[in-house]
Amino acid sequence: MRTIFYLIRKEFLQIFRNKFISKAVFAIPILQMLILVPAITFELKNVKLAIIDKDMTPESRGLINKLDGSTFFKIAFSTFSEDEANNLLLRNKCNMILEINPGFGKDIGNGKQGKLLATIDAVNASSAELTWAYFNGVIRDYNTDLIKENIITNPVVPFPRIEITNRYWYNELLNYKYYMLPGILVILVTAIGFLLAGLNMVREKEIGTIEQINVTPVRKYHFIIAKMAPFLLIGLTDLALGLVIGKIAFNIPFEGSILLMFLGSTIFLIAVLGVALFISTFSGTQQQYMFVAFFCMIIFILMSGIFTPYESMPIWAQDFNLINPVAYLMRINRMVMLKGSTIYDISRELCSLIIIAISFTTLAVRRYRKTA
Amino acid sequence: MNKKVIYVKNLVKKFGSFVANDNLSFEVSAGEIFGFLGANGAGKTTTLRILSGLSKPTSGEVNVAGFDAYRQTEQIKKNIGYMCQKFSLYEDLTVKENIVLYGGIYGMSKSLIRERLIDLLAKIHFQEYENRMISDLPLGLRQKLAFSVAVLHEPKIVFLDEPTGGVDPITRRQFWETIYETASRGITVFVTTHYMDEAEYCDRISIMNNGKIVALDTPEKLKKQYNATTIEEVFIKIARP
Repeated sequence: MRTIFYLIRKEFLQIFRNKFISKAVFAIPILQMLILVPAITFELKNVKLAIIDKDMTPESRGLINKLDGSTFFKIAFSTFSEDEANNLLLRNKCNMILEINPGFGKDIGNGKQGKLLATIDAVNASSAELTWAYFNGVIRDYNTDLIKENIITNPVVPFPRIEITNRYWYNELLNYKYYMLPGILVILVTAIGFLLAGLNMVREKEIGTIEQINVTPVRKYHFIIAKMAPFLLIGLTDLALGLVIGKIAFNIPFEGSILLMFLGSTIFLIAVLGVALFISTFSGTQQQYMFVAFFCMIIFILMSGIFTPYESMPIWAQDFNLINPVAYLMRINRMVMLKGSTIYDISRELCSLIIIAISFTTLAVRRYRKTA
Repeated sequence: MNKKVIYVKNLVKKFGSFVANDNLSFEVSAGEIFGFLGANGAGKTTTLRILSGLSKPTSGEVNVAGFDAYRQTEQIKKNIGYMCQKFSLYEDLTVKENIVLYGGIYGMSKSLIRERLIDLLAKIHFQEYENRMISDLPLGLRQKLAFSVAVLHEPKIVFLDEPTGGVDPITRRQFWETIYETASRGITVFVTTHYMDEAEYCDRISIMNNGKIVALDTPEKLKKQYNATTIEEVFIKIARP
C-alpha cells in the first residue's frame, strides 16, 4: 500500500510541475462552461420569413402582422417574385417562404377555407419541424381570432372547442441552459478522464521511463491506480468548479443531493479512466492514443443523449448505450440536478457504472504487461 | 567455486522467424563483473531483458537469483537492479524525488531511504544537486545517478545496458570505479558495452555475434587464445568473418 502512495505522489508532482497542464486543467472547465452552456441551444428564435403576399387584403396583412408579432418569426423579406424568394431560401437569407395567393381574404370572408403555401428550408430536419410547429401555432391563433370576430358579428352558432392547459415540470421556464448545463458538466469530466490519464501513460512508454518501472517489483494494479488517482481528483475538482460557475453565472437550480452527483461522477470517472488506460495499453505513441481515444470519446458523447433524446434513438443505439458510461452520467446529472432524484431513482444507472468501472479497470490492469 | 546467481542453458529467443538469441549457455557467479560484448544488433539487449524479467524466453533454461525467468519474473525483479541504455529516471522530478520514488517502490522504509539518499549524495558529490531537476543535470551525472538508483535497494545482481554510452572518458573512469566498489559489496554486475577498453575491467567477458556466444572467458585467457594484445583485437578477429 505504501507503494501506491509513492507512485501517486510522483504523478501529482509531475502534473503540477508541468506549467501548462497544471493551469489548463482548471482554466479549460471555466471556459467550457462559460462558452458552451449559453451557446448550445435548440430554442428557435428569429426564423427569417420571406413573404409573397399576392392577396393584399386586410386578412392577409392581419396574418403577416400576427407572424411578425410572434417571438419566433421575423419578416425578413417581402417580395412578389417566387424566383426571388426561392433564391433567398437557397442563399440562406431566409428560412421559410410564405406564399399568400390572391383570393385568400375573399375566401375567408365568404366562410370558405383560406389557402397558404409554406416552403421551409429542411436541411436541418428538426429545426424545420419546429418551425412548422410554431407556424401552425400562429395560424391556429389567427384562426381563433377569426372565429371570435365571426361570433361577435354573427352570434348564432356556438362553437364547441377543446382547450388544453399544459404545465412544464422540472424546467418550468423551458430554459435550455438548465437542460444543457448538467450535460456540459458530463463532457467536462469525460475530457479530463479520457485524455489526460491515457496520454500520461503512453508518454511514459514513449520516453522509456515505463521500462524502469516494469523492471521493479511494482504491482500492476498499484501503477494503474496511481495513474487514475490524480485525474479522479482533478475531475471532481473541475466538477465542483463547474457547479460553482453554473450557480454564479447561470443561476442553475439544484434540486437533488450534491453528494449524490459527486458519487455518480466518481464512479463514472473510474469507469472512463479504466477505458482510457485500457486503450493506452494498445497504443505505442501519444498520436495513436489520441486518435483512438478521440474517436471513442466522440461516439460516447454524441450517443449519450446530450443533444438528442435517448428514447428516440434506434434500439441498437440504446443497446450500445448499455456500455456507454457517458450515457449513464448524463441521465444521473440531469435527474439529480433538475428532478431532485434520489439514490433509489438512479440506482440502476449507478450499478451499471460500477460494473463498467470494474470491468474496464480490470481489463486495463490485465492488458498492461510488465513482461512482454 | 562461488554461488551461481545467473544460470542460462540453451536460451533461445525468437521474434517471429528472427532468432535474436541462438542457444546461449553461460553462468555468472556472485560478486562477479560479467561483461557482455557484441556489435550492435548482436542480441545483447535481448538477453539482458530476458534476464531482468522484461521479456520471456522462447525456450531454454534461465534462472536468475534463484528464480525462473518464465514463471517468477516478479521475484526476479525484487532481487535485481536495472539501468538501461536509454536514460530512464524521471526528468521532471528532482534527484531526491527520484530516489524517494524508487526507494518507495522497492518497499524501503522512510528512514532507510533518507539514509541511503544522504550516503549516495555524499559518495558521488551530489549534495548540491539534491533538489535539482534531472533535466538540468549533465549526461555523465545522470548516468551516475541512474546507476546509484539501480543499486539503491542493494540487489543481488545489477544489469547495466551500455551504461557509459555518450559519456566522457573521465566520467567513464569514475563510473567504473563505482562499479568496482559495488561488486566489492557482493553485488554481481552484468554489463553490456561496446567500449573494448571497458571489457578489460571485467572479471569475465562473453562476446556475441549474430545471436550466438562465440567466446567466453577472462580477458587474459581470451587475449592469449587469440594471440592478441587487447580485447579490441580479439573482438575484431572474432566479429570479422
